Amino acid sequence: MTPLSASVRTDRLRQRRRAWALGLGLLLACLVLTVVGLGVGSTGWSPVWTLWTPSGLGGTPSSTLTGALAADAMDLELGRQILWDIRAPRTLGALAGGALLGLAGAVAQGLFRNPLADPFLLGSASGATLGVASALSVMGLGPGVGLATSGWAVRLGLTGTAFVGSVSAVLLTLALARGVQHTLRLLLAGVVVGVVLGALSSLVTLLSPDILQAMQGFMLGTTGFVGWPALGVMAAVGVPCLVIALALSRMLDGLSLGEATAASLGLPLGALRVALVAVLALATGTAVAQTGLIAFVGLAAPHLVRSAVKTTHAPLLALSCLMGGVLLLLADTLARGVMAPQELPVGVLTAVLGGGYLLWLMHRRVG
Amino acid sequence: MTGMATHIAISAQQVSASLGDGSHQHPVLHGVSVAVPAGCWLSIVGPNGAGKSTLLKCLGGLLPCTGTVQLLGQDLHAWAPRERARRLSWLGQGGAGSDGADDLTAYDVTMLGRLPHQSWLSPPTDADHAAVEHALRQTQAWGWANTPLGELSGGERQRVLLARALAVDADVLLMDEPLANLDPPHQVDWLLLVRQLVASGKTVVSVLHEITTALAADEVLVLHQGRVHHCGPSSDAATHRALEAVFERRIGIHRLMDHWVALPKLKGPTC
Repeated sequence: MTPLSASVRTDRLRQRRRAWALGLGLLLACLVLTVVGLGVGSTGWSPVWTLWTPSGLGGTPSSTLTGALAADAMDLELGRQILWDIRAPRTLGALAGGALLGLAGAVAQGLFRNPLADPFLLGSASGATLGVASALSVMGLGPGVGLATSGWAVRLGLTGTAFVGSVSAVLLTLALARGVQHTLRLLLAGVVVGVVLGALSSLVTLLSPDILQAMQGFMLGTTGFVGWPALGVMAAVGVPCLVIALALSRMLDGLSLGEATAASLGLPLGALRVALVAVLALATGTAVAQTGLIAFVGLAAPHLVRSAVKTTHAPLLALSCLMGGVLLLLADTLARGVMAPQELPVGVLTAVLGGGYLLWLMHRRVG
Repeated sequence: MTGMATHIAISAQQVSASLGDGSHQHPVLHGVSVAVPAGCWLSIVGPNGAGKSTLLKCLGGLLPCTGTVQLLGQDLHAWAPRERARRLSWLGQGGAGSDGADDLTAYDVTMLGRLPHQSWLSPPTDADHAAVEHALRQTQAWGWANTPLGELSGGERQRVLLARALAVDADVLLMDEPLANLDPPHQVDWLLLVRQLVASGKTVVSVLHEITTALAADEVLVLHQGRVHHCGPSSDAATHRALEAVFERRIGIHRLMDHWVALPKLKGPTC
């Protein structure tokens, strides 16, 4: 082996180590942000401290009830509720929602070979929103009924309609664009479908005013509706989506050389596109059904990963997932903490931060 | 040459094709037939818009066309895609559409040439790594194996894409303007590389707009307005006459130190 050959090999290993280091760093950030997220809210860290005492750590509330004062037990129960029923699913939900968007973004950018592609392209997000609006309108969920405390059935129903809306929107976009061969036509069709379905959502909301508040939350994007069932749905959809995307990652690499070259390599382009569009719609629809419209996380996550490491799609997809989770959790923690006890809708925060990032990105690309 | 030379590696019979979509289709190729023996280098030349790249795409099965294309004696579309991909390698014009690969390193890009040899989900084998290193060394691109494609110059990028096409280790190589962006020393390297490939029994079909380079091939196919104007050995006087004709007699083909060179005929008195 020549010295040059050896140095090429060490460089390759070093690049791979960088990707692993980024992954570990992001995992660490997830962990730290989760702990911080559990402590942020209108009552601050007090529920955490309450539970951290020996009696709190000691097991179920019923067993501590017998040994503790009634007032302490109520504190404990309240603390448990705040932490376990509200903050934990929200925090983990932000992580999961962000991960879904990050994955969808990386898939969209690879599939359309456009670094500015976004999971909300193809009208999938507007379709999902219309699905949610229709479901809410039919179920008659009013301001009195808390979405956060809604059960599995409602969650699955919302996710289902969001997914149906998302997939229908994507199919409509594909039909209008007459397939995915023509990227520009596809993006334009996506914009048209997005605008029309967005208008339909507004119409549905106008016709049933009792869903106005819930819909406003969805349109602004919030983790406030995420309970354990919602988290469960995101995990149940997210894991298979990631596995499928990873399994197709080498074909995404091949697609990056252009469709003709990819076809000459014997890749099944038609089936590949169908599978990737399904993953894209499923991940986006699921995220939107739980957290509403959260802008730019899907766009920014793969970009931030690429600016740190240059890799093939397999690490890129996994790292974009982690990066998306970290971004949304960070934004959510900020949104909850910055004006506590008041709360900003996290979608507004990501829109402002993400918009700025996109402008900077455009500026740098032009420069 | 051995008996292999009598085998036809790739051929087109009465191939016609159109470009554009929907109602805006316009015919580009009109019943083109050509047969390339194994171990032969064929250059496709012709004026702009003659249908050179379109013919190459038809030979690669990358563009719908009427007529038949045969690869190694079997209809192109009868091959299973991966089987076909192992035998037929394609290098697109100027790396068109490869912008998406800007973040991949030269090594990763070249490894994509091994996709037809790899089973789904299994990691690259030692043979794959060896083929990638060999291909990158063949195009003098090994030195920047770990550089992302987006950070390379046009010529360096072209050499990596060429290595990607070589890494397939196919019997037939189709190359569209492979010399684009290459400086003269690397054009010479490419010529030597193609000769070496052909000597080892591979078949090369290249589209070249540089007539002098095209004349280094074994055979020259002269296309004009989507039809075969002439096809013959590059050293044949008839081939030279055909070339001069399709280029409106604005070029002259001369012999210079064992090479055929095409020179522009400048109008007016020489000074």
